[in-house]
Amino acid sequence: MNPIKLGTDTQNTWCPGCGNFAILNAIKSVLTELHSEGLPLEDVVLVSGIGCHAKIVDYINVNSFYSIHGRVVPPAEAIKLANPKVKVIGFSGDGDSYGEGIEHLIFAAKRNIDITMIIHNNRVYGLTTGQYTPTSPLGFRGRSTPRGSMELPFNPLEVMLASGATFLARGTSHGIDLLKRIFKEAILHKGFSLVDVLQVCVTYSNLYEYYERRIYELKDYNATDYNQASNKIREWNYNNDASIALGVLYKKEMPTFEDRFLAGKTTEPKDKDLKIKQILEESI
Amino acid sequence: MQEFSILIGGKAGFGIDKSSSIIGRLLNRLGYHIYIYRDYPSLIRGGHTFSIIRTSRNRIAAHTDKVDLVIALNQETLNLHKNRLKQECLFLFDSEQVKVDVKTCGLGIPLGKLLKEENAPDIMKNTCIIGAMVKALGLEFNILEDVLKKEIPKEIDLNIKVAKRGFDESKELIKIDSIAQKSLPLLSGNQAIALGLIKGGLKAYISYPMTPSSPVLHYLAEIADDFSLDVLHPESEIGVILMALGYSYMGKKSAVGTSGGGFCLMTESLSFAAMAELPIVIILGQRPGPSTGLPTYSAQTELHFALNAGQGEFVRFIVAPGDAEEAYYWSCVSMNMSWKYQIPSIILSDKNLGEGIFNFDISAVGELKEETPILWDRKPPYKRYLFTENGVSPLAFVTDKDAIVKVNSYEHDELGITTEEPKATMLMQEKLLRKEKFLLKDIDEHFKAVNVYGDKNSKTGLLCWGSNKGISIELGEKLGLKVIQPVVLNPFPVRQFQNAVSGLKRLICVENNATGQLAKLIKVHGFNVNEMLLKYDGREFSIEELEERIKEVLK
Repeated sequence: MNPIKLGTDTQNTWCPGCGNFAILNAIKSVLTELHSEGLPLEDVVLVSGIGCHAKIVDYINVNSFYSIHGRVVPPAEAIKLANPKVKVIGFSGDGDSYGEGIEHLIFAAKRNIDITMIIHNNRVYGLTTGQYTPTSPLGFRGRSTPRGSMELPFNPLEVMLASGATFLARGTSHGIDLLKRIFKEAILHKGFSLVDVLQVCVTYSNLYEYYERRIYELKDYNATDYNQASNKIREWNYNNDASIALGVLYKKEMPTFEDRFLAGKTTEPKDKDLKIKQILEESI
Repeated sequence: MQEFSILIGGKAGFGIDKSSSIIGRLLNRLGYHIYIYRDYPSLIRGGHTFSIIRTSRNRIAAHTDKVDLVIALNQETLNLHKNRLKQECLFLFDSEQVKVDVKTCGLGIPLGKLLKEENAPDIMKNTCIIGAMVKALGLEFNILEDVLKKEIPKEIDLNIKVAKRGFDESKELIKIDSIAQKSLPLLSGNQAIALGLIKGGLKAYISYPMTPSSPVLHYLAEIADDFSLDVLHPESEIGVILMALGYSYMGKKSAVGTSGGGFCLMTESLSFAAMAELPIVIILGQRPGPSTGLPTYSAQTELHFALNAGQGEFVRFIVAPGDAEEAYYWSCVSMNMSWKYQIPSIILSDKNLGEGIFNFDISAVGELKEETPILWDRKPPYKRYLFTENGVSPLAFVTDKDAIVKVNSYEHDELGITTEEPKATMLMQEKLLRKEKFLLKDIDEHFKAVNVYGDKNSKTGLLCWGSNKGISIELGEKLGLKVIQPVVLNPFPVRQFQNAVSGLKRLICVENNATGQLAKLIKVHGFNVNEMLLKYDGREFSIEELEERIKEVLK
């Protein structure tokens, strides 16, 4: 197979040291691997929202749908339904999909539609210069909350588990090997998959050391056990000082939305006009 | 008989809507032209619901206040509508529910008793009284039997039995003759829109329920298998339009349907569709506002909203069909235009058009075919936003070999990669706007974008749009006025409009809103109206009402 050129000539405008680089490099490496295993790259669509994360689609030379803020999920779902053989990978931020577009995320999980969502969860709005997000810790001093945020963060993985997601994983932007493994597993999972990437924002919220002290990788863990997954997901609530588990937290094979939706789908009528004529005759 | 009308009324939940379809179909088969006006409140059970089924030897698309027969399933119907009767005592009623002042007046049928004897549920009261109506009109029972089979597939035998009981209990009140005229199909405006979209190549319809456009969703969901359609009802109107854009990105023609409130939620993505040049057709069924307003009634209040919705400057195609044939025709054309120019199209409908029932004559629709958009010539590299003379870039789709298809909500270069360069920004904005000139030329040369009816030599013009078409034509012909109906409202067909109004001394504008939105639009193009006849109570103009108001200004 010919070597592939996954990069574009676009100048990268992320801050030096940004956690987005790890996500970019990991996904490029996974796409290369999948391609070498037989996935045609023309069958891949990347979808992104608006925010620092979203620039990723400008940097990868693959079909892309650069959507609007909070709206990664609905086009991703439609792309999958329009052609189920396409691999759809959505990139979104915590402000983007846990904030503005949370309804879509919940419904996509509920449907268990076969798309992959990678959340660049840096727990701060970067592109709008430093405001608190749904996953910022209580008391986060951002530009809209100078006295500190007055609400607890929610635990996005807990929300997703409750909504019906069938693949949930967590990684960090300074553990690229793990990212590669879980990205690949998420993409290959049949059903709704979400990877929450704890991503360092070097400019507005550098939690590198905070994470370094708490993270550990799951070992001897049965990800198919819902109750165990539920407990493990709640171990760290994005606010307390608990240990932070990394890896695949939950994985279950369940019927997907497109399996049901496209089951028994008819073929187009040979003569559409004739069919319309029949309907009209029935209406007399 | 030249024309006659029947009003049937009762509580919501009595099946008044179904009854009006049955009556409409029945009279349609006698050779008459039909128009059905439906009036119902925003609730599920109780409240007053009625329909007026008007029939005529001529084409009609409006109702009259006066009716020939009232069918009252409850007291309220008779109390509210008795004064509509041309002949005082011509009404049928449920004698167990309705009290009448004069014992000899009207024809009472003991519906509950008859149903009980047949062991039939209460919901069949309407079938029973329709049976009685058939005899009251001097018609044979067998004509109803076949109509019932079409309209009520469930428990048909019992329904027929119950109808026959009503028939036998009844007597002839007036004699309706069948006439030697070919019966045409009966469609609601919403059904005609749906079929027009299918004709135009619809592959996916996505919608969140909202009156008066929900029937399009229901209808397309019902016939999805016949045409291999994807029909989806997702979490919100925001999800709706973005899913539709996902489909069109994949090369599948998509449409969405909503009303004002839902369209508010869609406007951000309307603007996105324009920027990303993703084709989309939006059915905007108007109803009275602001806000929730009168959900189940009608208005023409979103013309300027449709014209101006969405941030930024971009081209859109807006049509306002006036009856079922136009709804079918222009829905197909909207799909074609959206894909030919890669722009959003908006079909402005309203409750009167969408839920009104019309005769549909496909032979009167005119030449129509699904057009193929301009496709990539498969010579790499593929540029999704290639600069071209008319601003339209050839399309390639995901899974096409050697094409990388990048669409973008940001300003972008020809490849679809984000840019903030001043020169590139200017060129791309010009590319977007350049399409309008070609679109307008296309419309002007190939379409009748402005219709003229009535007395074409008259110096007084009646200007209307959308669902006021039918009533304006009928009154234009009766009163000797020229009727002008622009169907394409954006880009505005100035030349055709100029021709239509040239020589007029006076222009009277008829609209279902409180500010005269079409009058305002034509003013921008240098045309003025002399009078505005506005109605903004949610109800459709009746013939008598509009006639009186026209005569008042003509005095």
